[in-house]
Amino acid sequence: MKKKVQKRELLLQGNEAVVEGALKAGCNFFAGYPITPATEISEILSVRLPQLDGTFIQMEDEIASIGAVIGASLAGAKAMTATSGPGFSLMQENIGFAVIAEVPCVIVNAMRGGPSTGLPTMPSQSDVMQARWGTHGDHPIIALCPSTIRECYDLTIKAFNYSEKFRVPVLLLVDEVVAHMREKITIYEDEDVEIFNRVKPTVPPEWYIPFEDTPKGVPAMANFGDGYRYHVTGLTHDIRGFPTSRPDEIDPFIRRLFRKVSQNFADIQIGEFYQTDDADITIIAYGCVARSARRAAADGRERGLKVGVLKMNTIWPFMRASVEKVLRTSKVVIVPEMNMGQISREVKRVNKGDAKVFTINKVDGKIITPQEILSRIKEVY
Amino acid sequence: MSYRYDIRLSGSGGQGLILMGIILAEAIGIYDGKYVAQTQSYGPEARGGSSKAEVVVSDAEIDYPKALKLDLLLAMNQKSCDDYYMDLKPDGILIVDSTFIKQLPTPRAYQIPFTRIAREKLKREMVANIIALGAISKLAPIVSSRAIEAAVLARVPKGTEKLNRDALKAGMTAAQKVKKISFPNTPAGFEDEDT
Repeated sequence: MKKKVQKRELLLQGNEAVVEGALKAGCNFFAGYPITPATEISEILSVRLPQLDGTFIQMEDEIASIGAVIGASLAGAKAMTATSGPGFSLMQENIGFAVIAEVPCVIVNAMRGGPSTGLPTMPSQSDVMQARWGTHGDHPIIALCPSTIRECYDLTIKAFNYSEKFRVPVLLLVDEVVAHMREKITIYEDEDVEIFNRVKPTVPPEWYIPFEDTPKGVPAMANFGDGYRYHVTGLTHDIRGFPTSRPDEIDPFIRRLFRKVSQNFADIQIGEFYQTDDADITIIAYGCVARSARRAAADGRERGLKVGVLKMNTIWPFMRASVEKVLRTSKVVIVPEMNMGQISREVKRVNKGDAKVFTINKVDGKIITPQEILSRIKEVY
Repeated sequence: MSYRYDIRLSGSGGQGLILMGIILAEAIGIYDGKYVAQTQSYGPEARGGSSKAEVVVSDAEIDYPKALKLDLLLAMNQKSCDDYYMDLKPDGILIVDSTFIKQLPTPRAYQIPFTRIAREKLKREMVANIIALGAISKLAPIVSSRAIEAAVLARVPKGTEKLNRDALKAGMTAAQKVKKISFPNTPAGFEDEDT
């Protein structure tokens, strides 16, 4: 039988594309509390999930939302929540719980101006470091950042895949501009998209060791209710899931949490180089600012300046190898950000001195314009 | 080199500017098949305050999604007209809702009382934005009337199709009238450029 190609050409908002991506990835549980600029994700999923036999719950707050997401994931669901700065702050404690209990889940943070209630309807990129270190304790984290509507779709799928593959919470950092921007996107229903589902135990329940080390560092995960009884706790635990204070059990456990992400760095690094090969000036940017950077580079080239762009889609773990590459080949590196300098500090940290690193920090609730980047280039180059 | 056509629809919250932006982007992107990026900015309040939607059109992938120098500015209140007029290109098109805008920054502006037409002819003030869309399709060479009609009908709630189609038509008629008054010496052929 010939396969029917179903093609949908849509004008989607960033938030709508996140929903499409999540459903494509198999998301069947959402718990959240509406907040601008992430509300559309809840709004649309509240209609779509019940139609697909999934579950949508509006919780009393963000603490309960992430709690419900973790519980649903432990029971086998592919679970997600979406929020913005204030809600993201409330979720931090339980994000740590998802890290230590190794519960796959996806948390969307549509970044708005902060601190506190801040600027509900205006964009910012100020939660980058909160994404990294918002929850206490030493832990690895994966955070992705789209700059186009297509990337909202693709990276949401990737976020689910990483969370299932490594049993980690994955953060999707969308800024208000991208969350509310609309662009045309073509979705092919039978597109061959890689969807990864968590590895389930193949041994009988009585042989199951829930937090056993494996070469990949990711233990098989049994659904609650499938007959595999095990203990889940936020306390540092042994391979059976019970609290431990033995140094010889604590150390390998914490190291394994790091290892399962670090040994897959190559798989997690997503980014794009635009004309960086011959560039004297490279702009390192992410989110909506990456689009301004592209424009600035094109305008700069027209004026005879050799400008390139490194667009980062993976924010954490930091794309060290790619950044080091442009630091080696460029004379000047510019890091425009809608914060007081969060990624630029990382860039400066890995800079061995071959390039000069300059920042553009904009915190007035407006997107950085191509003109502002060009002016900065003229100032420093 | 690819072209870029920057549109800003501005006014106050509650006038339906963001919906206009979505419909315009859909008409140009889905029905006319060009690249579009639509963005918006508004305050935390639901009504009042200032609101704007922007649509960037190109024949190639769009990098910077916000409007730069404007090819088309629609102003639905005096404040937005005053604030954004300076962003208009020298040959850019300015369309104003003359119900609210009494002081014009330039004589080269199309003045159409969208809100008054909505109130008096269609008895529903809320379709002022759809009337404006109809006018845009006749005044700006960026979207076809057919595409705008298809996009409007696909977006509006069921049961309001007739009202909205009438609103579009009213906008198109008003635009054609005002074009003759504002630029009586329009060269032949320009009039059909948009269809």
